[in-house]
Amino acid sequence: MIGTIAMRELRSLFLSPLAWIVLAVMNLVFGIVFDIAITAYMEDPLPDGATAAIVPGLYELAMVLLFFIVPLISMRLFSEERRNQSLALLFSAPVSMTEIVLGKFLGMVVYLLIMVVILTLMPLSLLLGTALDMGLLFANLIGLVMILASFTAIGLFMSTLTQLPALAAIMSFGTLFLLWLLKLPAYWFGNNAISYLSIASHYESSLKGVINSADVIYYIVITTLFLAFSVRRLEADRLGG
Amino acid sequence: MSETILIDVQGISRYFGHLCAVDNVSFRVHKGEVVGFLGPNGAGKTTTMNIITGNLAPGAGSIAIAGHDLLDDPKAAKGAIGYLPEQPPLYRELTVNEYLDFCAALNRLPRNQQRSAREAAKEKTGLTNVANRLIGNLSKGYQQRVGIAQAIIHMPPVVILDEPTAGLDPIQIREIRLLIRELGREHSVILSTHILPEVQATCDQVQIINNGKLVLHDSIDGLEHHLQSASLTVAFRNTPDTAILQSIAGIKKVEQQLEGRLRLFYEPNQDPTDEIVNCSAEQQWGLYELRPGRVSLEEIFLHLTTEEAEQESRQEESVT
Repeated sequence: MIGTIAMRELRSLFLSPLAWIVLAVMNLVFGIVFDIAITAYMEDPLPDGATAAIVPGLYELAMVLLFFIVPLISMRLFSEERRNQSLALLFSAPVSMTEIVLGKFLGMVVYLLIMVVILTLMPLSLLLGTALDMGLLFANLIGLVMILASFTAIGLFMSTLTQLPALAAIMSFGTLFLLWLLKLPAYWFGNNAISYLSIASHYESSLKGVINSADVIYYIVITTLFLAFSVRRLEADRLGG
Repeated sequence: MSETILIDVQGISRYFGHLCAVDNVSFRVHKGEVVGFLGPNGAGKTTTMNIITGNLAPGAGSIAIAGHDLLDDPKAAKGAIGYLPEQPPLYRELTVNEYLDFCAALNRLPRNQQRSAREAAKEKTGLTNVANRLIGNLSKGYQQRVGIAQAIIHMPPVVILDEPTAGLDPIQIREIRLLIRELGREHSVILSTHILPEVQATCDQVQIINNGKLVLHDSIDGLEHHLQSASLTVAFRNTPDTAILQSIAGIKKVEQQLEGRLRLFYEPNQDPTDEIVNCSAEQQWGLYELRPGRVSLEEIFLHLTTEEAEQESRQEESVT
């Protein structure tokens, strides 16, 4: 059932030009950056090897771009359906609210995974000429997927709050940015509890090739929390006045 | 008509802030009944339907669909309902086929039955010709049909249609009415509408809701029989005294109407027609018009929905 809703979401996404253009633009940007990184490495090879010189930079860029892309794509998940009054179809079908939320979440994540897969093909193409540090690449990949899932959950929740997609986009962008900014006090006061809550504190280790279970749990908690908020929010819609 | 109760609504209420949209409404619908749901704008029709279909939670009361409680076992209950809201819930970017496939899967039809269910639903609603067109490009009438197809695709025991004939042309309206009658043989149908003849043409039962309260629940036959036999309209050339007319057995009340016509109300089962004709012939009243005073559904509707408002305004006047 979750799969059915996810497939529908994915299909509608690819029926709009937005999804294609976002994919195209992202690939152009990744391609250019990848090309520059390779050229720089060939002129001045670092002792760490090709993977360490190219991959973390590329994945960090991808993460920064997700800040802008995820709110744009996730904004219409619920807000548009609410405006078109098509939510009644899902609400009166024999599916639970959790299944609806998870279905839409999954559809969105699959779309973003397509982007990540294409991105990953770029460093993998280096296998033609050199050996890669697969561990480092894999850690980067896992880190990006976790980030993407938590961003999507936040975007999805914001989309349940309003009928206006643009408003949902701005709110999720604001939330993501705030979560990022929590890191800022650490520059003056050192690492503390607040800076620990920042997204910025949790992606660095995966860029270094370390999968830290505390970071994994952080992302899982963020994702689950916002998905649970979304379910509660939609339930409240039925209950409240 | 079988005795299986498919919809059992007990004392549901719903408040929006201080506004009471639905106030302690209870009713039952048996298998094979088509219920017409009438009421002025803002009376609570759509809210009631949203509650029955699980789109809104009731503030109080319980709902059972085909024996499944909507709050305890929502999936089973919702699986037994097909719902067409006021605004058809469509995805404009999909084709009719894609959309109906999605609806079939959403209603948990087994994969090998989905195609045949889709074809059957299209057949019934006359959508076969537009199967591969985008829903967003279809006319309002066709979109409405897609909405109906969506509601019946999984052959639910209970079909709930909120103004199904809105925006359709007269031929389509007739087809949809036939479809509703056909559905009524196997399923229970609740139908909300503003068009009163539609109710008389398609429904077995009538419910009228006003200010969130159910003010009438009766069968069409019972209603018509009751109304038809309750009054007579007569006209005489030499109109006799009201007192003389009232002395005729069975007549309860005499009311003056336009152009010298009289309306005679009588006890049911005591039809005074023969007596009036006899008296007229004997006493030379010159009877030239005599017809059973049929009260139309419209009159009942107006009577039931305006009476309360009048009472309320009277109360308000007496307070101020």
